[in-house]
This record gives sequence, structure tokens and C-alpha cells, in this order.
Amino acid sequence: MARMASPAQLGYPAAPNRVGKRRVITAPRHLLQIEGMHPPQIDTMLDLAESYVLLNRSGTTQRDLLRGRTLINLFFEDSTRTRTSFELAGKRLGADVINMSVSTSSVNKGETLLDTAATLNAMNCDLLVVRHGQSGAPNLLAQKVDAAVINAGDGTHEHPTQALLDALTIRRRKGRLEGLVVAICGDVLHSRVARSNIHLLGTMGCRVRVVAPPTLIPNQAERLGVDVFHNMKDGLQDADVVMMLRLQRERMSGAGSLVPSPREYFRFWGLDAEKLAFAKDDAIVMHPGPMNRGVEIDSAIADDPVRSVIREQVEMGVAVRMAVLDLLARSNRRND
Amino acid sequence: MTDTLFTNARLIDPATGLDTMGSLLVRAGRIADLGPTLGRPDGAETIDAGGAVLCPGLVDMRAELGEPGGEFRETIASAALAAAAGGITTVAALPNSEPAIDDPALVRLLRARGEETGSLAVLPYAAVTRGCRGEEMAELGLLREAGAVAFTDGARAIASARMMRLVLSYAAQFGARVVQHPEEPSLAGSGVATQGELATRLGLPAIPAAAEAIMVWRDIRLARMTGGAVHFAHVSTAEALALIRAAKADGLAVTCDTAPPYFDLNETAIGDFRTYAKLSPPLRAEADRMAVAAALADGTIDAIASDHQPRDADDKRLPFALAASGGTGLATLLAVTLAQVHGGTLPLLRAVELLTVAPARLLGSPAGTLAPGAVADLCLFDLERGWQVLAGALPGKAQNTPFDGRALEGRVIGTWRAGRRVFG
Repeated sequence: MARMASPAQLGYPAAPNRVGKRRVITAPRHLLQIEGMHPPQIDTMLDLAESYVLLNRSGTTQRDLLRGRTLINLFFEDSTRTRTSFELAGKRLGADVINMSVSTSSVNKGETLLDTAATLNAMNCDLLVVRHGQSGAPNLLAQKVDAAVINAGDGTHEHPTQALLDALTIRRRKGRLEGLVVAICGDVLHSRVARSNIHLLGTMGCRVRVVAPPTLIPNQAERLGVDVFHNMKDGLQDADVVMMLRLQRERMSGAGSLVPSPREYFRFWGLDAEKLAFAKDDAIVMHPGPMNRGVEIDSAIADDPVRSVIREQVEMGVAVRMAVLDLLARSNRRND
Repeated sequence: MTDTLFTNARLIDPATGLDTMGSLLVRAGRIADLGPTLGRPDGAETIDAGGAVLCPGLVDMRAELGEPGGEFRETIASAALAAAAGGITTVAALPNSEPAIDDPALVRLLRARGEETGSLAVLPYAAVTRGCRGEEMAELGLLREAGAVAFTDGARAIASARMMRLVLSYAAQFGARVVQHPEEPSLAGSGVATQGELATRLGLPAIPAAAEAIMVWRDIRLARMTGGAVHFAHVSTAEALALIRAAKADGLAVTCDTAPPYFDLNETAIGDFRTYAKLSPPLRAEADRMAVAAALADGTIDAIASDHQPRDADDKRLPFALAASGGTGLATLLAVTLAQVHGGTLPLLRAVELLTVAPARLLGSPAGTLAPGAVADLCLFDLERGWQVLAGALPGKAQNTPFDGRALEGRVIGTWRAGRRVFG
């Protein structure tokens, strides 16, 4: 197969932080959150990611782009797919990728987050991918490290690359984002995926709904610009996209549970063929994974090759993360 | 089934504001017609009411029926006998049984057990929390689908503010009320009587009346926060009623009921350590009793429930503080309420409303009306006939009435369930 065109050859501007003729787009030094991002910034990332989809499918790599750069995956929470996705993205662009997880890091020995930051600084890390259980932890790190910080999920705040990969998946399937009705269903209260998606899709002109029992909807959710629904029939009516969220087991049973049981949750809020029928005939089904089959989603829906784009989301994840690493490395060239 | 024509009856139907002398025709188990004079269809059985009141069968929104687990105290069949003698044709059964009604299958079981009696429609409450233990939310959605009319932990307060907040928001989604036993448990402690001079003289551990008001205030605040609907059961204090009155004026979805002991008796009924008068909440001071009576008339209280709680001799023949709380109430519900009518504090139409259509609406039941087409659940009672309550001689199994020895005026003559005579 012929070598694919590089992103630059596809017309992508080499220096996105340059002040353009018509509008000013400040290229961010970090990717901490979607909230506050402007449509052109998002478009830029999605367009670049699109080119990496083609590159990845062609089976080629861009190993010179991040050659000599160091990417550290700093994960304070368990993760398989996000960490792997960033690792793959970094390696395909030629970066030296190091994985640090909490069980092996010195955090367990009592080192504070900022001590960790100082240590990483001393190692001249270029790109720092952080997942942390506390909302705002990446923001704190970003103040203290020289590396570009990429939020890979912080507490119940944001998960920006997930929202970008979701948007890319939708855009490729539907040809656009603007005007689409997107129903985000499930544990919105605890979901950083939901928050990032609400910000991104709302910014790009989607009509975003959240659908969940009242106990799983955060206070003042309407103020985020979404319509709130408590039942799937109304919430899914005429939706173009149905985005299911993962419901943690501990939310469904035991003393702190917010819904009574998995079977009740599935009966009223789990996505099955009956409830999906309320959405548009060509509505697509998404899930950030990992799925609780038979709780928030019926296997028959999750595995439906026509409606489900769940596997495609994973593919888009690598491309989006390559685009993010590429962009941040460009705007944060310490060695230039 | 042959037609039944009631003649010469004082027809009272608070659902339509009707209070007039006339006739009522029952056909195929439903009310076919009513009016000043009705022709007698061929073959119809005629019942001359002799001027007695014919009203909808009473709807009792709060009773323990002994099943499952307490069959040695009361069964649904024995409770149905007591209910029929009291003019009650629909009863909402509390879920704090053994096991608690926290599974959809148990809700269906209770409904079926009611149908088996042929005389009493049983509307099951379901538990708010598993086992009524207050720790984990029960499957409110599935329980509602199975036929639960509302949610409550019965005689146990939903103590945790967090749990109350959760269930108020969650239950609202399924269109059902959360019914609270309004007593702050940490303040009530092991108290058995209302705090005051009498409890001090008797040397009994006491519960301040404020334990009720504190819980009522908290839950009104949570109803405001969540938009949920809260119902306070057996409200017994002036202070709590003032809070509820204000919440209603604010337009909140707050409702309440009380039970006959709280407007007919005061704390002195426990004198000489009478354990049959040991109730939960405890009988209150006279000022509170008067406030409850006034709140029946002014609309603050939405319904009167029997609060029937069957206890056997082993539960009650104990030193006062160790005896079980609770009193029977099915057979005396109407007559004790009529004492307020005879006393001049409560209009008859309002009294019947509090016992029929008002609780029916709170439970989402179509019962409690004489409207043509409605199921012919009927209660025929003589407003004046006197009788005396005697523990040991009450219909049904449980005999632990707090009204033992009370002389009452007004007695049920006959009860019909779906057109079939079940009492009298």
C-alpha cells in the first residue's frame, strides 16, 4: 500500500498557535478540559485526528514526529483501554513511552502529587498523560511541570480525549455534529465522560440530553445546557445518537447505592431494542467502555453491527490521541 | 347477581359533594344509578335504609394486616372481618411484615390475598428500603409496576436524611408518595410516652413532641429540594401540623393523615399503665389532641387512617415500657370519627371525605365514590345508634383496642364489596 500523506501534506497548518488573519486561536499548552474550548480548536483536533485514522488504516506510522520525545502515562487509577490507547498513539508517532501506575509509583510511599511533579520535571518529560481519582489533579500538575499535561480522566470532572473520540466517531458516521440530537444516558452524576461530551457536543451545536433516574443527575444539570429526562421513552425520542454510560457496581447495591438493583436499572434505564426503538431508525449507539452487559446495555444492542459503533470508538481513540500528542508537541517544543 | 336497590337512604358522596335523601341502584357489582326516586327493576332486591347514611365503602390508608409473618396476631382473612364490620372495603397494607414487602412477588401476593377474602381490597404499600432497615433503597420501580400504591418503611422512620433525599427524588419518577413515620429516632430513643408531667409521674422514658416536628421539618425541606411527594402518617402534634399547613400553603407536595386515637384520646389514656393505649407515636397532650381535631376540619389533615396494629396478649401483657406499641382500629374507625361529628367540630360530609375519597386519591385508587359506574363498595351506617367498644368482643382476631370501654354513637349496619353484602 502506498504511504499515506502526512498531516502536513493534508493541509494541516504547521503552527496552529500562530495568529491567523481572521481569528485568534490560542493553541493550548495542555489538554485539561473541553469546557472553554472553541469550535475551531475542536475542529482542528478532529480534522487532524481524521488524517490519523487514514494513516492508521494504511498500516504506516509517523515515527519521526515525536522522535526523542518522552511521553509518560501517569495513571493513579486503573485503566486498560485509555492507557493502551495513549501508549499506542505515542509509539506510532515515535515517542519514548513510559507507563507509571500507582501501584509501582512512589505515591504509595507517601510522595505528594507535587513531589511527583518535581520528579517528572527532573526527567525532562515532554508529554504527561494523567489519570487521577481527584477532580482537578491534572490542573494542579499542569501548574508545576514543564511538560504538556493531557488529562486522561480526573475524578468526576472531565475526560477530554474520550469526548474528542466520541465526536470523531459521530462525525464520521453522521457527516456532521451540528443539529444532531444526542442522548447521554446513565450515571451522569459520576461521569467525567458525560461532562466532557456535554461541553464538546454542546459547543459544536448538538442538542444534548441527559437521561437518568433523578438520583444519577447532578444538581443544576440544565445549567450545562442540556435537557434533562428521567425516562428513556422521552429522552430517546428522535435521538440521532444514544450514548450509554457505565454504571459502577457499587452504585447499584449496598448502603451507598443510588439505584436499587441492576435488574431494576436494566428494566427502566438499560438500553434494549424496545427502548432504542424510541430513537431515530438510524440512531447509533455508543459506549465508552467497559460495558456492564445486561445492566446498562443489552448485548444484542452492544453487538449490533449496524447500530453499535462501540468498536469504532476504540479505533478513533488512538487517532484522536495521536492528534492531541501531535498538536501539543508542536505548541510545546522545548527543544526547538 | 341480582340488582340491589337501596331506598330511603341518606346518600353521602363527598367526591361529588352529594348529601341527599334518595335511592341507589346496584347492578352487576357496580353503581348503576342514584337519585331522589328510582324505579325498582324486576327481580331487584330492595333494602330500605330507614334514613341511615349510605356512603362509599371506607378506604383505610394505613393498617398492619398480620401477613406475612404475624398470622398469630391477625390474618388478612380475620382483618377482613374486622374491616367489614367497620364499613371498610379497601385497605392499604403496611410493608413492615416478616419478610418485609420489598419484593415485587410479595406485592402481588398481598393483592391476591385481598381478593381471596372477597370482602376487602388490599392495596399494598412497598418498603422504601430493603427489609425496612433504612440502609438500601428497595426496587421502587419494579415494586410500583407490581402494584405497590406508595412506599414506606411502616412503623420505622426513614432516619437518614440522605436516604430520604434519594427516595423522594427516585420515587417521584414512578408517581408514588413516600410515607414517613415522622419521628426523629435519635431523639425519641427508647421513649414510650409523650414527654411531660404524666410521663415524669409514671416514671416512663419519654419522647418529646418535638421529635415529630423535627422530622416533619426535615422532610418538608427535602421535598422542596427534590420535588418529591412526602406524606406524613399519623401526625399527632400541633407543631408538626403547623409546619405541614405552611408547606401546603407554599404549594409543596406534602400531605398527611392521622388516626382516631390522636383526635379522640390524650396521654391520660395510658394512666394505670394501660398498655393497650401504648401507641407509636405516643398519645399526646390535650392541646395537641385539640390541634389534630381542628386540622381535620381545616383541611391540613388529608385523611383519617385506622393505623390498625394487631398485637396479641404476649405483646401487651408486659410492664409498660416493654410492651409492644400499637392498637387495633378497623372496627372503630368510623364510629370514633363520628364522635367528632357529634361533638360539632367536624361536618359529616368532611368526615366521610376523610374516610373515603380523600385517602383513595392519595393512594391513586378509583375507590371512594358513589358515581355511577363505580364499583359498588358501600357502607350503610346509622349515625345515632350507640354501642360500646369492648376488647375481647371485637370482630377479627386482634383485640388490643385503645378505646376499650369507650361508648360510641354511630354504627355500621351493612357493608357491600362490589355489590355483594359482606357485613350486616
